[in-house]
Amino acid sequence: MDVTETPLAAPLNVGFDYTRSTGPVLGRFVNALREHRIEGIRGSDGRVHVPPVEYDPVTAEQLGEFVPVADEGTVVSWSWCAEPLDGQPLSRPFAWALIKLDGADTAMLHAVDAGGPGNIHSGQRVRVRWAEDTVGHIRDIAYFLPVDAEDTTPTEPAPPVAEREEGAPVSIVITPVHLRYTHSASPEESTYLRGLAEGKLIGQRCPACRKVYIPPRGACPTDGVPTTDEVELPDTGIVTTFCIVNVPFLGQRLKPPYVAAYILLDGADIAFLHLVLGCDAQDVKMGMRVRAAWKPRDEWWTSLENISHFEPTGEPDAAYETFAHHL
Amino acid sequence: MPDVAIAGFAKAPNVRETPGTTNGVEMLVPIFSEVFAKTGLSKQDIGFWCSGSSDYLAGRAFSFIAAVDAIGAFPPIHESHVEMDAAWALYEAWLKIKMGEVETALVYGFGKSSAGQLRRVLALQLDPYVVTPLWPDSVSIAGIQARLGLEAGLWSEKDLAEVAARGTGKDVSELLDTPYFADPLRRHDIAPITDGAAVVVLSTVERARDIVEHPAVIQGIEHRVDSPVLGARDLTRSPSTESAGQALDLDGADLAELHAPFTHQELILRTALKLDDTTKINPSGGALAANPMFSAGLARIGEAAARIHSGESRKAVAHATSGPALQQNLVTVLEAR
Amino acid sequence: MTKQLTAVLGTGQTHHRAKRQDVSMPGLLREAIDRAMADAQVGWADIDAVVLGKAPDLFEGVMMPELFLADALGATGKPLLRVHTAGSVGGSTALVAASLVQSGVHRRVLTVAYEKQSESNAMWGLSILPPFQMPVGAGAGGYFAPHVRSYIRRSGAPEHVGAIVAAKDRRNGALNPYAHLRQADITVESVRKSQMLWDPIRYDETCPSSDGACAMVLGDEAAGDAVEGGAAWIHATAMRTEPTTFAGRDQVNPQAGRDAAAALWAEAGITDPMSEVDVAEIYVPFSWFEPMWLENLGFAPEGEGWKVTEAGETAIGGRLPCNPSGGVLSSNPIGASGMLRFSEAAKQVMGRAGDYQVDGARIALGHAYGGGSQYFSMWVVGAAKPR
Repeated sequence: MDVTETPLAAPLNVGFDYTRSTGPVLGRFVNALREHRIEGIRGSDGRVHVPPVEYDPVTAEQLGEFVPVADEGTVVSWSWCAEPLDGQPLSRPFAWALIKLDGADTAMLHAVDAGGPGNIHSGQRVRVRWAEDTVGHIRDIAYFLPVDAEDTTPTEPAPPVAEREEGAPVSIVITPVHLRYTHSASPEESTYLRGLAEGKLIGQRCPACRKVYIPPRGACPTDGVPTTDEVELPDTGIVTTFCIVNVPFLGQRLKPPYVAAYILLDGADIAFLHLVLGCDAQDVKMGMRVRAAWKPRDEWWTSLENISHFEPTGEPDAAYETFAHHL
Repeated sequence: MPDVAIAGFAKAPNVRETPGTTNGVEMLVPIFSEVFAKTGLSKQDIGFWCSGSSDYLAGRAFSFIAAVDAIGAFPPIHESHVEMDAAWALYEAWLKIKMGEVETALVYGFGKSSAGQLRRVLALQLDPYVVTPLWPDSVSIAGIQARLGLEAGLWSEKDLAEVAARGTGKDVSELLDTPYFADPLRRHDIAPITDGAAVVVLSTVERARDIVEHPAVIQGIEHRVDSPVLGARDLTRSPSTESAGQALDLDGADLAELHAPFTHQELILRTALKLDDTTKINPSGGALAANPMFSAGLARIGEAAARIHSGESRKAVAHATSGPALQQNLVTVLEAR
Repeated sequence: MTKQLTAVLGTGQTHHRAKRQDVSMPGLLREAIDRAMADAQVGWADIDAVVLGKAPDLFEGVMMPELFLADALGATGKPLLRVHTAGSVGGSTALVAASLVQSGVHRRVLTVAYEKQSESNAMWGLSILPPFQMPVGAGAGGYFAPHVRSYIRRSGAPEHVGAIVAAKDRRNGALNPYAHLRQADITVESVRKSQMLWDPIRYDETCPSSDGACAMVLGDEAAGDAVEGGAAWIHATAMRTEPTTFAGRDQVNPQAGRDAAAALWAEAGITDPMSEVDVAEIYVPFSWFEPMWLENLGFAPEGEGWKVTEAGETAIGGRLPCNPSGGVLSSNPIGASGMLRFSEAAKQVMGRAGDYQVDGARIALGHAYGGGSQYFSMWVVGAAKPR
């Protein structure tokens, strides 16, 4: 292994617009927001909680007595957000604040468009800046403003809205969660991926059990030590077992039907999943001899995707006994 | 019920960004070897394994599964996982020894905080209906908590800087001259983003005596959670830490490792646990020096235990936290016996 | 052995549906919790600690949701633990809760597991493709179908055995008022005519995606003694894990499952599971896993599990009724599915299984597995205290 090369890394974006059913309590709250009204709920100790909570923070009892509160209140505490992050209520610097609305006993967390940290203080009176379009979502409160300040312009669009029947109340709120990560391959896997970029299949042997792993491993799963000695493997092998995917699903990259098969390369001790094409799906068999079908060289990168699929070589199938221990 | 002791501890280098994978294997393999070398144990000697980590740190479902490869988990092992700081994995392992099911356990935590934008990811720990959709980041929430104490006169910005300066040799007035990062917090008030991992070996006290000269006996371990409703809590206190501490005998502790990712939170914890100046706080540097998510709490316990192993401490308190603004807390008392 | 006697005092579950859009997540959990606490005849003051389990956080888009759920769980001011061991989590969660009592730390513990799959899409969550990888994955069905094919090849089982399991479990589900799928009229023939999704797995041989929750209250010996009609006593527990893949791994009959079963039967004092166990709730998300797990658990010799199924011995009234509740094939709120198996086993020995009660059930198995058939958790519960 060339230890001087840094492991490969690439962006991994994970995003979904979650569909949250609100249930009765939060449902009533968001529907009121749509009408520019704010409703709290009375707790077992008499405190009015805003936003309403379904279960009491002290007794865990289910709560149900709604109490209308004002859309003005007082800052209890705050911190300054000089560089807003994606998805926050404002894209210009603002204050995060706990705000106790008039008529409420507990404070809610939201943003205050104060302009600068010198323009906000605890005890300050603030009012709701309603969003241009209220849809039945916590973000119908675009942010808060000092009570006597002129309206400012919201920077963020209204959140997505779930489909519902004409005239029906909001019962589902959509909350987009989109995160960006950097995904890193292990040093061992990086060696293998760089090999793929050159059309080579590079496995590694575990120094303890001597098994050949492809892809190589940061830790041999049975010995807990990194695989080491490089072994270049041919692009031929057998199908150990497989399934035919007929089902379409969200996020799928391939058009069904396709054969997802475990391919055991000649000389490897572990199979990996890939596609088998080049014959009718019904003709794929356990033990079938296959060879890699590489994509054109100019499409190669550090990925197993360089192999478009595996296809039958036409050689006789391997005897079941020769691969039974790989199932 | 057998008493339980900590017999070994190791940690990966605390770094701002490891080139390794999010499944922690590259950080775990060396520290498993290290802890086995220190204790003279091998994987076959471990009766139960338990880990703590988070899929949201890695950005993938089931990210903890690949970490098992680092163990070399075949033949199969008796193993479990909590989606929490590994301090709570230690609690689960402690139960297994207490109930007489196993004599030894290995606990590990890992996390690559640098893979994502940590303070934004942590917004996903808040109420998903009315709070997370605003994406309040963990630093901003801590700032609100810090200001509540500042304005109530419970602490000053100087007090916070003194926490940051302790053990670093930095000058308090110079720290106070630095600009705010998230008013009222300055950079030195905020734990760094750290990739890391930690491992702790537990055993019955009897077994531990064969492994280390001064086993760190777990005299007690308690944990509690507070309400998630930030506006319904007194954020200047930590009731869950207070009640965990009250269930334990902290008298005479000469050392405390507190998991406080913000300077003011250390002050809240010291008050909650009634720790005075006779107790040395965070000789390891604490989370303000390095805050490897999902192992920092376990590392507090390991750091305290290591100082009992070395004879530096006779009785130590260790604390772990989880969730926004110190929502969930675990306290354990370790003794040289 | 210093383990304290531990019993199931009561159980509760939600009505499982594809989309429980009438409730929030807290509301979903409380539907199960409130039923379990009523069944156990306990109030919040009786609960010492709470243990929550669920599968990946990405399914609901909430990081460590137990934190925001603390008030709804009645956990505020108490110890709260969150377990995640992939699909076996519902079972492992129950075992962690049990250990809180078995260790003598607590007297009564509430445990709950859930999944609200309608908040996102499980196929999406399970198929997120990291960079550099080949996009071959096709959810859980795509993962397990090749191993089902291996089982069929290895055992020589006839092709209709999977359909027998599916028809039986769905008909059982029709007896269960909480089940998601209740198909009293399903037949082996209709299952065999359903669409092939992940060949060799057909549509009707596949578990549904469900929203749902399951809860139990566990207690110590005194609490168990006080249960009217008798508690379900824990006789044995076991958990085992092995890596997802390794050279030479048996993915059909994994060693971790065999080891867990061997430890379980030894602790329970059971030498012949087939004759000593009265009813089994086994985690069968795809029909063929019934015969596979019958072998893995030691109810049948290797390669012969399908013969037990084919002979009708796993139906209610057979030698070993499997999944009389309808099982995972009838309801699959992923994180809760394992706990449902554990609690359905308890209900059987408590005589509280209603229309799908197995006559004279005294000893029952609850079983869960997860990941790539690599995480196993199981328990044996009995109507009488363990000897």
